[in-house]
Formats: sequence, structure tokens, C-alpha cells
Amino acid sequence: MTQKPNSLFVRISALLVYVFLYAPIIGLMLFSFNASRTNIFFGGFITQFGPLQMEGSTVVQSPCGPFHWFCELNKNAEVRQAAENTLTIAFVASISATIIGTFAAIALQRYNFRLKAFSQLALYIPIVIPEIVMGIGILVLFSQIFTILSGLTGARFSMGLPTVIVSHIAFCIPFVTLVVQARLQGFDKSYEEAAMDLGANELTTFWRVTFPMILPGVLSGALLAFTLSLDDFVITFFTTGPGSTTLPIYVYGLLRRIITPQVNALSTIWILIVFTAVLLLQWTENRKA
Amino acid sequence: MTDEFAVEMQDVVKRFTTPEGGILAAVNHVTMQIRDGEFFSLLGPSGCGKTTSLRMIAGFELPTEGKILIHGKDVSQIAPFQRPVNTVFQQYALFPHMTVEQNIGFGLEMKGVSKVERSARVSEALEMVRLPGMEMRKPKQLSGGQQQRIALARALVNKPEVLLLDEPLGALDLKLRKEMQLELKSLQREVGITFIYVTHDQEEALTMSDRIAVMSKGVALQVDKPEAIYERPATKFVADFIGETNFLDGVVRGQTGSTVEVDLPGTGTVYIESSRTFANGQQTTVAVRPEKMTLNREISGGNSLTGRVEEVIYIGTDTHYGVRFAGSHKARVREQNVTQGQKALASIGDEAIVSFTRTSPRLLTE
Repeated sequence: MTQKPNSLFVRISALLVYVFLYAPIIGLMLFSFNASRTNIFFGGFITQFGPLQMEGSTVVQSPCGPFHWFCELNKNAEVRQAAENTLTIAFVASISATIIGTFAAIALQRYNFRLKAFSQLALYIPIVIPEIVMGIGILVLFSQIFTILSGLTGARFSMGLPTVIVSHIAFCIPFVTLVVQARLQGFDKSYEEAAMDLGANELTTFWRVTFPMILPGVLSGALLAFTLSLDDFVITFFTTGPGSTTLPIYVYGLLRRIITPQVNALSTIWILIVFTAVLLLQWTENRKA
Repeated sequence: MTDEFAVEMQDVVKRFTTPEGGILAAVNHVTMQIRDGEFFSLLGPSGCGKTTSLRMIAGFELPTEGKILIHGKDVSQIAPFQRPVNTVFQQYALFPHMTVEQNIGFGLEMKGVSKVERSARVSEALEMVRLPGMEMRKPKQLSGGQQQRIALARALVNKPEVLLLDEPLGALDLKLRKEMQLELKSLQREVGITFIYVTHDQEEALTMSDRIAVMSKGVALQVDKPEAIYERPATKFVADFIGETNFLDGVVRGQTGSTVEVDLPGTGTVYIESSRTFANGQQTTVAVRPEKMTLNREISGGNSLTGRVEEVIYIGTDTHYGVRFAGSHKARVREQNVTQGQKALASIGDEAIVSFTRTSPRLLTE
């Protein structure tokens, strides 16, 4: 049913959509090879290795050549810490949310229980609630819990990696559930009946038949959760503490001080990671067919 | 309890709650005995309870009331994976992520059969369904007919006490279906396992079964051999569902020994042989198969009714004549086209005499 668009208007508007979408991203990536110390001016691409003439009389050593800003970034301990935090949070949160979300999807799809319709709805509402509201809510919840715990134990509690991870798990669960449920929708119960008919008990049936068959859905849910966690700013902003700065929070902090092409270099790496995750997601989606 | 029965259903009831909140008895007090080594069919239209009955024997549904016994052992409340039966599913339900070998070997693996023995028995099973060497294929790479055979092999390799088949040929085209019918029958004779076969196709049931249970609205109306079901249907439903039947409603006017006189109001009087005793004035239905009626120009022996030809349908082997009688009765007469270039016996609008013997009809009251 595909036919070639023959209207010039359609072609141009489609082209413009892609230009608006990708021009900033491509520009941003090009600026990470900028031979200028601020990323407001484009001082040409860095082409040579060794001493590098910046604007004015500044000369910097650039053993990495074109990848000067990437090397500078690598020397930056704060960035490395933030990257490590971000990846730790994304891995722990996406794996936990995938496990919980998958079981939630199976329960909602398979069993009838009281308040089922309500549970289903309550799971999706956080998706549409403004993130800032969620963020403030989680902040209030944690500080209340900490006050009570301090009162009981006398110890002091503060925000940090654990609070960020817990809140990321929380906001990822609905997305995973949604994706896995879609996969289960078309799942024919007779596969499970066949396994049981052949002597497999409920647990074996789940691991040998149900799970491998819904695995593509589970994987795309996990990748979705991973990318959501990776670039979350708002909720992280409210639940982070000293030493648990993530990349989005760090970049935001950098922009308020000075803007160097280091930010661009960081963004370039980041875009490539997310891009890879999206490609993987697409690939698992296609495997469903 | 004797062991001559492979499966016994004792007064089994299965009630479901419908989405609207009502209660539906999908199976309503069914009692039947399926003999060891028999090819037994559950036949009926959709919603008659045949699939629910099969699913209760498999263990996917538990009976609300009554008992199910397999070789004398009460299995009514035990899980499917603890029952000595295997099922061939309507859509085959072959595990798409496993190879043919893994699919067929799954049941053996669950029983703890060693890998070496498993692979030997898998290739034996593939041999049996005439698909040797298919071990490494994935179900997706097989045709519908091949998938059907793999599903059969996956069930039979476990040597179940009873094999349950849920309309397994439904998805195949007509020619392949006919082939598979005969193949299934000979396979059943070869392995000697009791087959319980669910179908809505009466011809399929007649072709393959040792005995058939005709079901309607959750009730088993008649359980008997194919010939008996066809020749001596117990109810109008059975007569109508199995093959084609002409129903002529009438009133009993008298009985002399085994000969019953039935008045077909407005059409005429017929005499029917029956082993049952009827009361004068009793309502009855004379059920006659179209092929047991003949179309004549003159009144001959037996029963003859005069009518007018309304319809002539040529279908190759036979010609069907639709005849309307003076009363509100109608009949369809089937005449075989035995000789080459045979001319139609009558054309539309002709007066015709429909005859049948006293022994061919059945007198039905329900």
C-alpha cells in the first residue's frame, strides 16, 4: 500500500520536520570538535595533535587531537562520578522495574481479583501526572519517612543514590507493565496448557514456555526503562543528594557556570548510548512479528 | 470399578459464570463410558459442551459436580500435569521458540527421560508421523499439515493412556483433512491408544469413530456406533445434525403389532414399523432420509404420498428433488444418477409420487 509522495509540499514539510528534529543534535555533536573554549563561537574543527591555538593568545596541549574535549572530559573526576552514578541508577532501576513490572503485567492480564480495574488505572496515572508533581511528592514522602526513622533510631538519613534508585524504579514500573501487557495480550493460553498437559508444573511452564515467549516484550520494557532512567532530570533533581549527582543534573550545573565544549562532548557520547539503546529496542520490537 | 473403561464421566456438570453475571451449564449431567482402545468422538455444534468435556478430561477445567475417572482412578480434581493423558490442540500450540525435537521431547524431559533415550524416541515418533529428519526445524518453518503431525507426535511420544484431540483437522484444507482422517484412524489402530476426538463435522465423526456421542446444549443425546446413530437416531436433533432428514409431523391413529398408522394431516396416511408402543392421538414425527425415498409416476408398494416438484438440483452423483405435499409437509428426495446421461425423473411443477418402505422411517417423539 505504500506509494511515493508526489506533492512537493508534503516532501518539504517532511524534510523540515527532520531538520528541526536533527539540526540541533547534529550541531551539538559538531561543536564537540570545536577549536574554541566556549561553545558559543565555532572556531573551526580541531585538526592537529599537540599544541593548540585557541582564541586570543591561549595555547593548550591537545595530545588527543580532534578528540580534545573528550579527553578533557575523561580527566574530569566529577563527570566520571556522575556517569558512574547515572549508569548504576539506570541498571539497577531498569532491572528492578522490569521484574516488578513483568509480574504486575502477568497478574493484570491473567487473573481476576478485586479492584483489578482500579489497579490497572492506578498504574497508568503516574504516566500522565506532571513529572514535577511526582518529584515533589516523592521528596515529601522521603523526608517524612526520614523524620520518622530518625525519631525511632536516632540516626540521620539523607537523600542519595538509594532514594534516586527507588524513585526511578517507581516511575519505570508503569512503562514496563504497559509494554509487557501489550505482549501478553496476544499470548494464546493454549501454549501454557500444552506445557502442563505434557507434565510441566506451573513454575516450569512459566520458565520454559511463558517467559521465553514474552521475552521480547520484557526486553523492550527493560530498554525503555533504561533510557527513561538515563535521561531523567526532574524526579532525580528532587531525590538526589550529595555524591549522587547524575549526568543530567551535572550538565545543568555546568551550564549555569561556564559552557565549554566538554558539555558537547559529553552530550555526544550520551546521544550515541541512547541511540544504541533505541536501535536495540527497535530490533526487539521487530522480533515480535 | 472395572478397568475396561479408559474414561468414565459420572454425572458431570460444569457451570460457568457468564460475563453478564448469569450462570451457564456448559456440560449438564453427562454420563458416558469410553472403552479402552476405542476411537470415540464427541460430536455437536459449537457451544454444545464437547470441548468443555474434553478439557475436563485433560484437567484444564475442573467439574462443578460429578466425577471423571481414567482407568478407574478418580482424577476429577487433579492438575493436568498429573494426568495420564495428552492433548492435540486445535491450533497445535507448538512452542514457537523450540525446535521440533525440543517440542516432541518436552513431555519426556518432564518425566526425566535421559537425553539419549529422548532423542531416540523423538526420531521414532517422527518416523511414526512420516516426518523423519525434521528434528532441527522450528514450527514456523513447517506447513499446517506438518505442524499437525508434529503436535500428534508430541502427544503420542509420551504413550498416554488416552489421547485427546480437539478439532485437530479444523485448520487444514478439505483434501488434506480427508487424508489425515484416514491416517489418524490407522494410526490409532496401530498404537492401540484410546482416542477421544472432538469435532463438529459429522462426516469426520462417521468416518473415523468406533462410537460417537452426539451432544447438544450440554447434554449427550445419543452415544452409539456410527451406523446406529445414522440409521436409528434417537431424537430429531440427532437425525437433523447427522446427515439430512425429512421430518413429516403427524398423529398416531392406531397400532397393530409393530405397525403404526400415522396420519399426516392433509397429505395422507403412512404405515411405519416400530418397536415402540404409541398411544392413539400421540404427536409424532416421521423421519426419513432423502436417499430412502424414491420418486415415481405411479403408486407402488409401501407408503406413497402425492405432491408437486418444487425444486430440482443436480449435484453430479445425485439429483435432489424438493417435493411439496398437500398438507404443510415438504420432502427432499435423492435419486442417484446411475447411468450415463440419465434424464431428470421430473421437472419443476410436475406431479410426483414419493414412496418409501415401512421400515425406512423412524418415529421420533422428541
